[in-house]
Amino acid sequence: MEVWDMISRIFPYAVAYSVPLLAAALGGLYSERSGVVNIGLEGLMVVGNFVCAVTISKLQPTLGQNAIWVGLAMAALAGLVFSILHAVASINLLANQVISGTAINMVAGALTVFLARTITGSGNVRITLGFVPFDVPVLHKVPILGPLLFTRTYATTWLLLAILGLSWFILYKTRFGLRLRACGEHPQTADAAGINVYKMRYAGVLISGALAGLSGATILVTFSGEFNGTVAGLGFLALAALIFGNWKPLGILGATFFFGFCATLANVSQVVPALSSIPGLVLKAFPYAVTLLALVVFSKSTQAPKADGEIYDAGKR
Amino acid sequence: MNGLKNLFTALAAAFLGLLAGALLMLAIGANPIEGFSYLFRGGLMNVERIGNTLATATTLTLTGLAMAFAFRTGLFSIGASGQMLMGGLVSIALGLTLHLPKGLMLPIILACAMLAGAVYGFIPGYLKARFNVHEVVSTIMLNWIAYWTIYYTVPTYFKAEYLETESARIPEYASLKVPWLTHIFGGSFINLGVFVAIGCAILTALVLSKTTLGFELKAVGFNRHAAEFAGINVPKNMALSLAISGALAGLAGATYYVGYAVNMQIGVMPSQGMDGLAVALLGANSPVGVVLAALFFGVLHSGKGFMSAMTSIPPEIGDTIIAVIIYFAATSVLFTRIWNALSSRFRKKA
Amino acid sequence: MLYRDAEVLIFDEPTGVLTPQEIDDLMQIMRNLIGEGKSIILITHKLKEIKAIADRCTVIRRGKVIGTVEVADSDESRMAEMMVGRAVSFSVNKAPRAPGEVVLEIEGLGVLSSRKTQAVKDFSLQLRYGEILGLAGVDGNGQTELVEALTGLRKVQSGSIRLKGVDITHASIRTRTRSGMAHIPEDRQRRGLVLDYSMEDNLVIEIYGLPPYSHRGFMDRKAIRAHAVALMEAFDVRAGEGPLALARSLSGGNQQKAIVGREIDLNPEVLVAVQPTRGLDVGSIEYIHKRLVEQRDKGKAVLLVSLELDEIMNLSDRIAVISHGAVAGILDPKNVSEAEIGLMMAGSSVPGAKKGELK
Repeated sequence: MEVWDMISRIFPYAVAYSVPLLAAALGGLYSERSGVVNIGLEGLMVVGNFVCAVTISKLQPTLGQNAIWVGLAMAALAGLVFSILHAVASINLLANQVISGTAINMVAGALTVFLARTITGSGNVRITLGFVPFDVPVLHKVPILGPLLFTRTYATTWLLLAILGLSWFILYKTRFGLRLRACGEHPQTADAAGINVYKMRYAGVLISGALAGLSGATILVTFSGEFNGTVAGLGFLALAALIFGNWKPLGILGATFFFGFCATLANVSQVVPALSSIPGLVLKAFPYAVTLLALVVFSKSTQAPKADGEIYDAGKR
Repeated sequence: MNGLKNLFTALAAAFLGLLAGALLMLAIGANPIEGFSYLFRGGLMNVERIGNTLATATTLTLTGLAMAFAFRTGLFSIGASGQMLMGGLVSIALGLTLHLPKGLMLPIILACAMLAGAVYGFIPGYLKARFNVHEVVSTIMLNWIAYWTIYYTVPTYFKAEYLETESARIPEYASLKVPWLTHIFGGSFINLGVFVAIGCAILTALVLSKTTLGFELKAVGFNRHAAEFAGINVPKNMALSLAISGALAGLAGATYYVGYAVNMQIGVMPSQGMDGLAVALLGANSPVGVVLAALFFGVLHSGKGFMSAMTSIPPEIGDTIIAVIIYFAATSVLFTRIWNALSSRFRKKA
Repeated sequence: MLYRDAEVLIFDEPTGVLTPQEIDDLMQIMRNLIGEGKSIILITHKLKEIKAIADRCTVIRRGKVIGTVEVADSDESRMAEMMVGRAVSFSVNKAPRAPGEVVLEIEGLGVLSSRKTQAVKDFSLQLRYGEILGLAGVDGNGQTELVEALTGLRKVQSGSIRLKGVDITHASIRTRTRSGMAHIPEDRQRRGLVLDYSMEDNLVIEIYGLPPYSHRGFMDRKAIRAHAVALMEAFDVRAGEGPLALARSLSGGNQQKAIVGREIDLNPEVLVAVQPTRGLDVGSIEYIHKRLVEQRDKGKAVLLVSLELDEIMNLSDRIAVISHGAVAGILDPKNVSEAEIGLMMAGSSVPGAKKGELK
């Protein structure tokens, strides 16, 4: 079974590649469910990527392996702090959310490289420490699923899956989640019912910042190992996954994995003879094209939050 | 009064951007006055550098016009990057395959780049008009589809002799650079694109303010329901607006890849696409404003290298300043409030 | 909201969606509440409601309190004068006039609402030259969809519309405008005007493509300006900077007068006027009514769609009642009482009123 062999070898890579997408798309979910479009995910990921790289390279001598976890935490915190910019602009100052998000992307890209140059002299920060993939005890021996899901896994994968489950619970089973979603659907009604729309939207944007920061850090500590001023459009791919996943946690899980799998196939297609017949372009452009297609097909019945991207001005109620 | 308010907003945003740059320079222990003087000298100190500034501003003017045109019809296309790539790809492809005299070659390249951009802009326009797909999302997707198209097409068909990551150099007869212009500006990157940009700015201004087409497009932009009521074909105008916007961005691609540069690198999303957003915002979506804003950003871009060579300040300060300016231009309601407060106080005194 | 045990209740224009009978019921409920010792603030532009229920009446104009009067001591014309700032006449002078040929023929029209429900079903109506046909009905009975289908803003599902004998069921909005239909829209700020355009641009928004306003795709500013100046004078549209004033800067009354002027200036055979006086001061109402009657006297046809029964009764030569998207009956305003129309609006048939065309 050559095909099976190939799939089981690719699968762990695909999972690893999907996880940062999942984190960022989940972040986008919180923000957009509260009614704020966040196309600044890409920039927030860059910030997380950078802060994590700097933290690990500074703390590695004293903390050893634990520096990675500190790095992840710092990245989430940095993403959160940086997203305040987006929150202030789009919630308080009634800015166009797309422009504000674009500005976030540009500031993040330029500022982090600027700082990296000041710190290291070059625009890159390399880390020599990262998570080592491990086989989950016992489970990796399960037939079929074992080799696919429990072999060569990263700690961050399990962390993010836990966050996914938690997010589902928060959004659909708690008062906070209900209120957050109300602000994304009918902010005026939510306000009339006594919900502080501004506060909920702040929460949505800041959570998205933290998750995007975490996502950027995950890229660093699993497969990239180096900060170089960009996350190569993964933030936008996460945005596509959010849309393709229909603004739902499980939909996002499916979409991110699907996109991650496509991207991984494209990356390995050069070296795997069986795949070289499929042009890389098709695999790489596939997620974007299929998202466009999904938008067309579902344009009549989109599940997008109704007030997504709408400025909320209490004065104009 | 409105023009004055826009000017105030633009100046305030630019000032805050420069201020942020100054603070950053201070933060890394550099002298901002020295930094800025090198930055502006780097953009303006001799004819060669002025030529480079103009060459940078050429592309920015065109992407800025592309954004502004879509904005004026109420559409938020951020697809200029992808349209630029497509225009550039067509230019490079023609430049490397056609063998014609320069006088014939350049019009063909420009027309085809424009067409490529227009087609690539029409797609989100059509999706918006027909299926109500939000243009922000569709243009993001199309940008990345263009990015990967270049990534795989260029190495396969237009590979450079040694490098896998860029196209071959285009021949002299396919380049927008002309000896007399290069000579006047002391060997800079300036090229015929500068006239294309000026022409497009004038044409855009003319279309928007004097023609029935502009009248329809702006009506759709301000209030599509009223436009529909008046019998204006709203979907057609939306698709048309994005196609024209795409044509301008396609031209920007030509002026960049076969004007400023001599080949096309893969794996790069052209920053001029997003910078065009900044240009349009700062220029208050008016063609004149766009040209002025493009010149300003042109100085920042072409001066940053010189500044970085002469001081310890990294060149990314230029991009940071531009990004901060966009941020503040986006939050212009802040300045509008300040402006209103100031002008009402002034009126009370008078 | 009553379960919250409120002591003060505010009713903000509560009668728009009610039939006359339901309005009476509401008034009775309000009287009961007053009897229980509650206080009520009623915000309305209908003097009749004030007369019927209020004890005291405060008139505000442009955000300023003009004065407070005891309702029992003051008549409607006095209060109207306070609202407008000058004396107003309520009655519309209208000479009898024999209707002419059929100009607009609607047959078996079916239209879907935005929610895909059947908003208009099997709707048939004929409009004649030289008449004002009032369409009465409770809000939400298909008027909006009917008008949108007539004017081309909404797709027709079944049936046909003929204007001067020509089938326009699927014609574009522009074609309808060019072949003699004009439309005063329900929502003047959403549909009627581009608020960020100047008045002169708004006044040519349907005809900018025709000479003399443009030649070969280029706008002729001089002609556009002249057109605006003439129209604004003829229809008494007051704006700070004249033709150059942004539509946004005008008062609601002046905005509406501009729209009415623009549509009448198209010299239409059929004028579809939807709620032409909604939210306006009494002075503007009087003016617009006069213009509609003028249009009829010139031999043109007017379809007046309104939720104000008074307006319909005063202006119409015939009244069609719409209920649940179909014609419930056609009545002669001289031989019918408000109560009878009200019953028909609510969906019950009235003895004496004929279904279909009144001969």
